[in-house]
Amino acid sequence: MSDITKQSLTELVENIKNKKLSSTDVTKAFIDRSKKSKELNAYITEDFTSALDKAKKFDQKPNLDLKLPGIPMAVKDLFCTKDVKTTAGSKILNNFIPTYESTVTENIWKEGAILLGKLNCDEFAMGSSNETSFFGNVQNPIDKDLVPGGSSGGSASAVAGQLTPITIGTDTGGSIRQPASFTGTVGLKPTYGSCSRYGIVAFASSLDQAGPMAQNVKDCALLQEIISTYDSKDSTSIDFKRNQYSKELTNNIKGKKIGIPKEYRVDGMPKEIEDLWLKGIQYVKECGAETIDISLPHTSYALPTYYIVAPAEASSNLARYDGVKYGFRAQGENLIDMYEKTRSEGFGAEVQRRIMIGTYVLSSGYYDAYYLKAQKVRKLIKNDFDEAYKKVDAILTPSTPSSAFKIGEKTNDPVSMYLNDIFTVPVNLAGLPGISIPAGHDSKGYPLGLQIIGKAFDEQNILNIAYAMEEKIDFKNKITDWWIK
Amino acid sequence: MSIDLKTIKHISKLSRISVDEKRAEKLAGDLNSIFDFIEKLNELKTDNVEPLTSVAETTLKLRSDEVKSKNIREQIIKNSPQDNEDYFVVPKVIE
Repeated sequence: MSDITKQSLTELVENIKNKKLSSTDVTKAFIDRSKKSKELNAYITEDFTSALDKAKKFDQKPNLDLKLPGIPMAVKDLFCTKDVKTTAGSKILNNFIPTYESTVTENIWKEGAILLGKLNCDEFAMGSSNETSFFGNVQNPIDKDLVPGGSSGGSASAVAGQLTPITIGTDTGGSIRQPASFTGTVGLKPTYGSCSRYGIVAFASSLDQAGPMAQNVKDCALLQEIISTYDSKDSTSIDFKRNQYSKELTNNIKGKKIGIPKEYRVDGMPKEIEDLWLKGIQYVKECGAETIDISLPHTSYALPTYYIVAPAEASSNLARYDGVKYGFRAQGENLIDMYEKTRSEGFGAEVQRRIMIGTYVLSSGYYDAYYLKAQKVRKLIKNDFDEAYKKVDAILTPSTPSSAFKIGEKTNDPVSMYLNDIFTVPVNLAGLPGISIPAGHDSKGYPLGLQIIGKAFDEQNILNIAYAMEEKIDFKNKITDWWIK
Repeated sequence: MSIDLKTIKHISKLSRISVDEKRAEKLAGDLNSIFDFIEKLNELKTDNVEPLTSVAETTLKLRSDEVKSKNIREQIIKNSPQDNEDYFVVPKVIE
């Protein structure tokens, strides 16, 4: 079978279970393609030798009852993997080898999957284009010199470029959904508390969530049902009844009420995005759902709120990088000088910027004006959703205000970069689940995504809506393998 | 509002990130444009709004206070840039 890497996760699992393919066949195929794909710069750390050993071991005594039997998988380099370097895309963690495993990756290996390597991302997941990574830009498989989005840029590039059958990313303000949208893939940000944060390098603890990134909705549902578990090691993990998302997946969404928020029709939104949204509305109607105009009045305040809350939490979380316990250390004349040089040389520009914003808004005299204010507005944003969900079952919006942009195009203006997340950030602030599915192409042939936002813990419902829409949209990603020589 | 160089120096000290003159000027410009954008929140009256500190509407679970990780001293010290037997080593603090 020559086109193993073109198969979806579901197909690969089936073929391994039916013994048409071995884990070694599949693992080899993805390693070969990954090796030919260096130009994408999707990997920070490759673990190919070990992956192949594990695959061979699996084939000797295959347990075909597992959900991911011998499936190779690369993951975002924000997840701690025992004995495999974990950098968070930062120089300050360039030599960090965890002695423990994150709960989410542990869940994946327990179902039989095999680690291929660690995928590039924006430094500490702070970025929307993967350009803040210490390990360099990631190329979008869609076109040369195009950003894959961020922060899970390496993850999105690896799935779209078929370097891994599926992956996991993390999403603090859009870091799964925006890159999924930019690369023509599916990305789910689960409800806050659904997936354990244990062993994930922390950015903003009240917003961070891990989630699957896949070629299609069914694959996405399968991985979600594996990674979402209650975990006592994460104090914000929530003990709720989780569905068997892939088994319960249905395209029957008849009678579902889908809200269309007028505030997402922002100034200067390209007509292509507007048209895509209208098409999306048409699709859900054709599936038998009903659309209802709703209002989320505080939408335009979400981004300013986020840029107080997230940096504040980041400045606190990143205080641990002091050159003492782990990571990079610069030499200094005394202890304070060592701290200051370590952090100045170890963190990149965007991370320093955000630590400084966070430090400022938490500092004496400014706390009430900024941080407390933002927490209050966050409440108003959450109230908007609570109110809307009295009338609707889910909400449909564009995923991003534009398609992918060129590398370097937005690096000089932080605010214009931040605007990328205008449609995704409110979802994190309210702790809700959101999924981005590819829904069309713009005039340049670049993919565009639509986002479905659900009620808390209602992943099954948005997966079902996405599944029904996916069938109608019949999206075909235009991957030309331009980077393979 | 305007963030001047003096403020940048102050925040850089609080953040334990050394910043030279050139970086400080760039940072002042960046932070000012970000804060201009954040100022939008002042359009809203929030006097009677409760701040939202966590979206997880759950109470912390209690558990028995038992040691679960034993003998991990080596693991803890393993990644330190400089250590001496069982200790992290830092530049001299007391003269």
